[in-house]
Amino acid sequence: MSEPLLAVRDLNVTYRSEAGAVPAVRGVSFDLAPGETLGLAGESGCGKSTIAGALLRVLPRGTEVTGEVLLDGEDVLGMKPGRLRAVRWTEMSIVFQGALHALNPVQRVGDQIAEAIEVHRTAENSETRVAELLETVGMPARRAGDFPHQLSGGQRQRILIALALACNPRILIADEPTTALDVMVQAQVLELLERLQKELALSMIFITHDLSTLSYVCRRTAVMYAGRIIEEGLADEVFARPKHPYTAALAAAFPLIGDRSHRMNPSGLAGDPPDPRAIPSGCPFHPRCTVAVAECTNADVELWPAGEGRQAACIHVLDCAVR
Amino acid sequence: MSDVLLETRGVHVRFAGRHGDVARAIDGVDLVVKKGEVLALVGESGCGKTTLARTIMGLERPAEGEVIFENEPIRYDRGFLRTYRGKVQMVFQDPMGSLNPRQTVYEAVAEGLRIQKVPGSEATRVGDALARAGLRPPERFVHLYPYELSGGQRQRVVIAGAMVLNPSLLVADEPVSSLDASVRGEILKLMLELVHDAGVTILVVTHDLGLAWNIADRIAVMYLGRIVEEGPAEKLLSHPRHPYTRALLSVVPEAEEMEQQILQGEAPDPTRIPSGCRFHPRCPLVASGEAERLGIEERCRGDDLSLHEVAPGHHAACHAL
Repeated sequence: MSEPLLAVRDLNVTYRSEAGAVPAVRGVSFDLAPGETLGLAGESGCGKSTIAGALLRVLPRGTEVTGEVLLDGEDVLGMKPGRLRAVRWTEMSIVFQGALHALNPVQRVGDQIAEAIEVHRTAENSETRVAELLETVGMPARRAGDFPHQLSGGQRQRILIALALACNPRILIADEPTTALDVMVQAQVLELLERLQKELALSMIFITHDLSTLSYVCRRTAVMYAGRIIEEGLADEVFARPKHPYTAALAAAFPLIGDRSHRMNPSGLAGDPPDPRAIPSGCPFHPRCTVAVAECTNADVELWPAGEGRQAACIHVLDCAVR
Repeated sequence: MSDVLLETRGVHVRFAGRHGDVARAIDGVDLVVKKGEVLALVGESGCGKTTLARTIMGLERPAEGEVIFENEPIRYDRGFLRTYRGKVQMVFQDPMGSLNPRQTVYEAVAEGLRIQKVPGSEATRVGDALARAGLRPPERFVHLYPYELSGGQRQRVVIAGAMVLNPSLLVADEPVSSLDASVRGEILKLMLELVHDAGVTILVVTHDLGLAWNIADRIAVMYLGRIVEEGPAEKLLSHPRHPYTRALLSVVPEAEEMEQQILQGEAPDPTRIPSGCRFHPRCPLVASGEAERLGIEERCRGDDLSLHEVAPGHHAACHAL
């Protein structure tokens, strides 16, 4: 097996707030191989976007980050500002959610892309490069002269992808890139990301709350709950045969059309995701879990092997699979 | 007794565009909502589904056509609308936006009762509505403010506020799209309970076909201000007839075993509705030459058409059918 391009080791992120420390990510480790697409799934507040922020160190000042983020063996968390600036955009870049807010409303989109190129001096002629990038994301070069408000949601998302690709990064982090888009446009953007990933041999981290999208885009997927990875494996497998009851509930929230067991029978989880300031003891999922047993309230759960290439943080995988 | 609760007949809603042009947001919609059913109105953003919901609520006045509720056309005077809105209630997408941040849960739910001047014990009605919406025990919630609630709880408060008036029709515009995945199913379950236990009829506006599979009896698919296909949910989702519905279904990650048909571009804007079948510029049948082989391409480009029956109770507007 090849060396991981990116190795995250025991990442912990704690936000400071007036109401005290908020542990958003609590001991997360994963690898990303060259050319691989890894999905990070979970609900709002589970820490998935915080991980994206930690990888590129764009979290609010004062946030406590421990652990290691090894890019080709070099720890991003220990990089000096100059080195970090070189790594951002040219090694790793992010496509944020909310395409409208990430673009400057009073600057032409072509100029926004050119700015990134010029700051990093990665191309001789930024104008040609902008045209090339727009073409890569399936937009006519003349749209470079448009302002964000002249573009549709899908086009703005394409601009953000072009922007992220401006300096030929090796790793693309896509944080809910299709969430605010319509189904058809969502399919267009997913198709684009899939094509780019292949053509440019990108490694991708794809963050979303929609497990069904992941099984479509990613090879491997990790599911997060309350700041931890609670299940990991091949995306198709995780979605089709979840080992952790939380993953099962999440998968059932997006029913397969045609699956009779979901017809007139929506399934959800009672309760709400936990407040990161008051994470339940033992398995953090136990208050909402339908198969919890007494020991779940105080057991130390960790990611245990759960079949080939699978891991799950549920004591039930120790004896047998959940279902 | 008729089983029709609400009907729109030939409804057109037009908005003035910025450059003196006219947006035909609703361009001739005949829709029937039957008593006790869950009807899902699906389509992409900009197709007019929210405008249609607002028209049904009496918030937009049709330029042509009428909305008929319990066999009577709705009128637009204040007196009529006030009574009408006691019977037809709306739940919006974003519960944080529809709740007043300075009002307690109790105040939010009681507001409708006060506006409608409903007699009887307000506190009992509010408590019952909260309990019915799954906020139990109600005493635990009445004094809380929206910021103290989770997203799912807020949406339950909004639903309680709508249900406290015992409406016959609940119009829900994307009721779960801003909620977390695990909470989504719980709210959908609640909506089905309301249909079964409180006898309410639900019109749910959504872009989410999975939601329709979860709770809808019937589905109406909207494209550029028109209903292009309508029928029983199971039939429509397992055998979609209109090429637009087929494309829409093929890109839903939850729909398996369908070859993806990703339509290029986005829906044209309603100030420039294409001639003929309004879907023809994006239609895979036209693009692939299939329409030409069938000898209908000219009609696709030139002849506008309305819904016709393609199977019992199942209607679509396509020249190829």
